[in-house]
Amino acid sequence: MARKLLFENINIPGIDTFEVYRKNGGYRAVEKAIKTMSSDDIVEEVKKSGLRGRGGAGFPTGMKWSFLAKPEGKARYLVCNGDESEPGTFKDRYLMTYIPHLLIEGMIVSSYALGANTSYIYLRGEMMPQIRILEKAIAEARNAGFLGKNILGSGYDLELYVQPGGGAYICGEETALIESLEGKRGNPRIKPPFPAISGLYGCPTVVNNVESIAAVVPIINDGGDEYAKVGIGRSTGTKLISASGNLVKPGVYEIELGLSVEDFIYSDEYCGGIANGKKLKAVVPGGSSVPILPANLILKTVNGEKRLMSYESLSDGGFATGSMLGSGGFIAFDEDQCIVRNTWNYSRFYHHESCGQCSPCREGTGWMEKVLHRLEYGHGKLSDLDLLVDVAKKIEGNTICPLGDAAAWPVASAIRHFRDEFEWHVTNPKEAMERNYGLAKYADPLPKLEEV
Amino acid sequence: MLSVTETQFVEFSPALIAKFDDVVSRYPIGKQKSALLPILHLVQAEYGWISAPAMDKVAQYLEILPIEVYEVTTFYTMYFTRPTGKFMLEVCRTGPCCLVGAEKIMKHIENKLGVREGEITPDGLFSWRGVECLAACGMAPVLQIGPEYTFYENLTEESVDQLIENLKSNSLQN
Ligand SMILES: Cc1cc2nc3c(=O)[nH]c(=O)nc-3n(C[C@H](O)[C@H](O)[C@H](O)COP(=O)(O)O)c2cc1C
Ligand code: SF4
Ligand code: FES
Repeated sequence: MARKLLFENINIPGIDTFEVYRKNGGYRAVEKAIKTMSSDDIVEEVKKSGLRGRGGAGFPTGMKWSFLAKPEGKARYLVCNGDESEPGTFKDRYLMTYIPHLLIEGMIVSSYALGANTSYIYLRGEMMPQIRILEKAIAEARNAGFLGKNILGSGYDLELYVQPGGGAYICGEETALIESLEGKRGNPRIKPPFPAISGLYGCPTVVNNVESIAAVVPIINDGGDEYAKVGIGRSTGTKLISASGNLVKPGVYEIELGLSVEDFIYSDEYCGGIANGKKLKAVVPGGSSVPILPANLILKTVNGEKRLMSYESLSDGGFATGSMLGSGGFIAFDEDQCIVRNTWNYSRFYHHESCGQCSPCREGTGWMEKVLHRLEYGHGKLSDLDLLVDVAKKIEGNTICPLGDAAAWPVASAIRHFRDEFEWHVTNPKEAMERNYGLAKYADPLPKLEEV
Repeated sequence: MLSVTETQFVEFSPALIAKFDDVVSRYPIGKQKSALLPILHLVQAEYGWISAPAMDKVAQYLEILPIEVYEVTTFYTMYFTRPTGKFMLEVCRTGPCCLVGAEKIMKHIENKLGVREGEITPDGLFSWRGVECLAACGMAPVLQIGPEYTFYENLTEESVDQLIENLKSNSLQN
């Protein structure tokens, strides 16, 4: 069995209550941090752990913390990002539902490390049940003296609040999240200034994903070096993977980074293979924003090496033949799925969720949706494929926030790897309305490099 | 059609105002606008939707301009600026859910309720619409019903029928 750092105790009955969580070693990290460590010590441990942000970008958490400005007389804020709107991602909801105190404990330690006296957990508004769960957990922790004034007699004060959003994917982007928390539309801000200098209410602010904050708990308990021993290379620790689509056992799994993709999909410990005895056609390994890969390229890199669940291995080959770990939203497609329809669905999503501030994103996502719609419904032209690639290119890198890129990559990668299927939709519009293109050659062994 | 006047009432009850006050206490002095999204959820839970007069009252309460409230209610998808059925079935329509039959479930709901997306059934009980990924893709297809945002997962046509029947009979009892 693989090592679990976050979910080791998740199956203990009552672990969502303070009492049971505490009995099983909960809040030890708070005691250790507040009683025996300085802020700098904690930041140092997090740096040593090699933890990389679990929200999608994979930026080293310790380094991010060390950028936080500390001007005299100004409040500092920690904001936890529980927006979790990236299609394919549902691990944060799971963590907060079943082991809410892990997040609260992580928030206390992290707030202490950053010198924040008020911290917010921003959850998407649809997570009302999780808001209730967290508010209950906060009340329990406060009753036990782990929150509020003078925590554990240390003189450190912390208030923790849960804030609901209003339904908008863009509020997962950290500056849009801050705008939303200030009671405004979720329009991303132009950077710089970065939140570390000017974030919530113009004060220095750190925004971290739910899972990143939770990972601080084992890092403090066992030490950063211990944490860094788990995983592979610069992909240290464990990662929560949200597995969805056509799998025998979809769900949330905590894996050690470095597990092979093949084991993740096919072994009984994890997803148990493709549902209904079908074959795997494609995978989006890191949430809807990352490039889609056909079965042959997700299982092996072009060099013929086993593809691993790690930041480096999943991006091996760059965008030509690789993808990204992203938020760990692992979406599996069986042989009956239509890539054209799926790509249209994603582009509809991004068009719907664009905040509309920059024209390349606002107009470009609309164009892509329209063109993909006509391809899917049999009115496409072969030139549409190049048109799509062209629009995607014009969005990429030309926008205020990365939603533009997130909209462009799935389209560009689908056409890169599944061009045959798109062309078939154009040349056989009638047939394409009646049946799917199927597996074609997408699971065939890759040609040896020298043959290419 | 359900008869709800577009200029529905509005005097917030003292109990509701007390909840608003509690929300406002979470932010630094002068940053009460941060309470806007949570307060709009409270208003919607109370009235089922958020009318223009209600928005004006919220603006008054928070000491901000009405436009600051309008731009928020219209930006975010969870706020209803028009009445809906008593139960609003919100079905996820995003990619991962579609891999396991979300579109079929939506079609089924449309047929079963006999109204199109966004409309209200003649008895005033139901509306439905497609929404984007609800962070429950592993339990797909899924739908949610506010204001508590209860989730119904791994939907089948049968379980949807059952759900609709249950909601109907519950609301008859109440
Ligand atoms: C369009 C968009 C949506 C995002 N959605 C989320 C999200 O739902 N949750 C999240 O933690 N990060 C999300 N991010 C990343 C955040 O901007 C930010 O990088 C992250 O919260 C930082 O936390 P981490 O360093 O712990 O990963 C999103 C980014 C973009 C551009
Ligand atoms: S890229 Fe899109 S979502 Fe991001 S700021 Fe520009 S318009 Fe808004
Ligand atoms: S795609 Fe439906 S819940 Fe994520």
